[in-house]
Amino acid sequence: MNTESTMNMQTSLPQTDKMTVSATTALPQTGDRLSMENETIKIQVNDLKLYYGNDQALKGIDMVIPERKVTAFIGPSGCGKSTLLRCFNRMNDLVDICRITGEVLIGGKNIYDRDVDVAELRRNVGMVFQKPNPFPKTIYENVAYGLRLQGVRSKRVLDEVVEQSLRSAALWDEVKDRLHDNAFGMSGGQQQRLVIARAIAIQPQVLLLDEPASALDPISTLKIEELINDLKDEYTIVIVTHNMQQAARVSDYTAFMYMGELIEFGDTNTLFTNPGRKQTEDYITGRYG
Amino acid sequence: MSTSSISSFQAAKKPLISSRTMDLLVHLFFLLVSATGVIILGLILVFLVMEGLPIFDKISVTDFLFGSAWYPTYDPPDYGIFPMIVGSASVVLVSTLIAVPLGVGTAFYLAEIASPRMRGILKPVIELIEGLPTVVIGFVGMVVIAPLLQNVFNLDTGLNVFNAGILLALMAVPTIASIAEDAIYSVPKSMKDGALALGATHWETICGVVFPASITGIATAVVLGIARVIGETMVVLMVAGGAAMIPHSLFDPVRPMPANIAAEMGNAAFRSDHYHALFAIGLVLFVTTFLFNLLASYFANKYRRVGEAI
Repeated sequence: MNTESTMNMQTSLPQTDKMTVSATTALPQTGDRLSMENETIKIQVNDLKLYYGNDQALKGIDMVIPERKVTAFIGPSGCGKSTLLRCFNRMNDLVDICRITGEVLIGGKNIYDRDVDVAELRRNVGMVFQKPNPFPKTIYENVAYGLRLQGVRSKRVLDEVVEQSLRSAALWDEVKDRLHDNAFGMSGGQQQRLVIARAIAIQPQVLLLDEPASALDPISTLKIEELINDLKDEYTIVIVTHNMQQAARVSDYTAFMYMGELIEFGDTNTLFTNPGRKQTEDYITGRYG
Repeated sequence: MSTSSISSFQAAKKPLISSRTMDLLVHLFFLLVSATGVIILGLILVFLVMEGLPIFDKISVTDFLFGSAWYPTYDPPDYGIFPMIVGSASVVLVSTLIAVPLGVGTAFYLAEIASPRMRGILKPVIELIEGLPTVVIGFVGMVVIAPLLQNVFNLDTGLNVFNAGILLALMAVPTIASIAEDAIYSVPKSMKDGALALGATHWETICGVVFPASITGIATAVVLGIARVIGETMVVLMVAGGAAMIPHSLFDPVRPMPANIAAEMGNAAFRSDHYHALFAIGLVLFVTTFLFNLLASYFANKYRRVGEAI
């Protein structure tokens, strides 16, 4: 089963080759070789600056993220990739000393506008964190929690969504007989797939993954990567990863960040095989990071 | 001793006391020190049982626990402690009803809502209240609350169940708030982030995730708070009213068990039936608080197990 799925992933990668790579500049900062003619833009970031107190963590980011594709953020620790990701569902709001300027448009709407309901935004932009964070509830209730928040009471609907979400997260067969056991009894890899199921149960448009496999063993990592591959038909996925091989395996587009700046953004294949900037090349060839 | 240990270092070849023997001695020393406290407590318990049990030669356990008259100095005497059990229970119930919402609410405020600065000020203040001498609290009950109750509700006496309940609640709130706050505060941030990321509001996160995650810790806090209140003597002696009768309203005076022991022990003749009966009341109190502490440690263990899984 493992070999088969690995092959799937490998074969899926060359598809990105088919996409047009032309010389037209989409955006000034993102390098000169990126074209998204065939893509619908889901997220657009305009001159986004973020400060923690006096430290500037993001120094004016401009980028676009295509719909129903996997976009990876790579870069050394502290380069701002997680911070940028957390701007997309306004998780940075929870940090008291954090200040943000600029725009993040999701589906054309600036999510930092005054009239935006943050809870509503987060229903549309789901997030999976670095460490699995199930709630102290049963497996079933973990997945159903998002729906319950929205006031869904019908047991039939809940049953259906829980099963569907667990199937999408490739977890159903492993847990279908113990749906009402505490989620803490699962392995780390299962917990991480559970929180992915929990995130997709409310059918967000965007799924943010913040180093989702960094705390997991290789087999669980593989399962998560397969899952990302399956999910990208339905969701716009943005993944932060430390692991360059992982970015190469799972993503269609890759953004390389360094010291709070977006250095290079391009389709994954080109970025890894023929980087446009010296810094990118140094990073992916392992000279620092 | 010191010379021998120095020489044992210097003469490495032939130490006076081998390091193994030394380890054993140190081990025994600390065993003895820690055992002393436990042994003394054990002896107190034995003493309590020995002095309490003889009363049951004169009166059956059922009559003792459920008899409704307490006239230890009459002839023939009556040793029914039911009014005092009800007195204790009513005072504890009233104080629990007041202290649990206040204590748990305070804990949630401190751990989840208050700014770090506010928390830094309030938490030490609350823990300071815990250290107030109980006689001071009783004094406040006698001179402030009692006249107030008497005037507002037009009562014969302000020293009653309600007054004692309020004061005991005042004593239980810091205990409950401080222990529950620790439990709530230790809910991992990642878990709260998970709920917020699903579109939960702060309030929904508190109710739906933080509360269930800390429920065992909160339960421990509540039980320990109640256990403290059950055994509390000075306050109930001063403000509960002292009437050994079954209360019919919130404003009736009662005589909780600890108050009765404290009030009568000085007058009871050594090794008389009265004396033994008072010890037996102490035994009842001990069993009750012991059960509550057992319950608390049961919750605490359960809590620890959940904590590990996170």
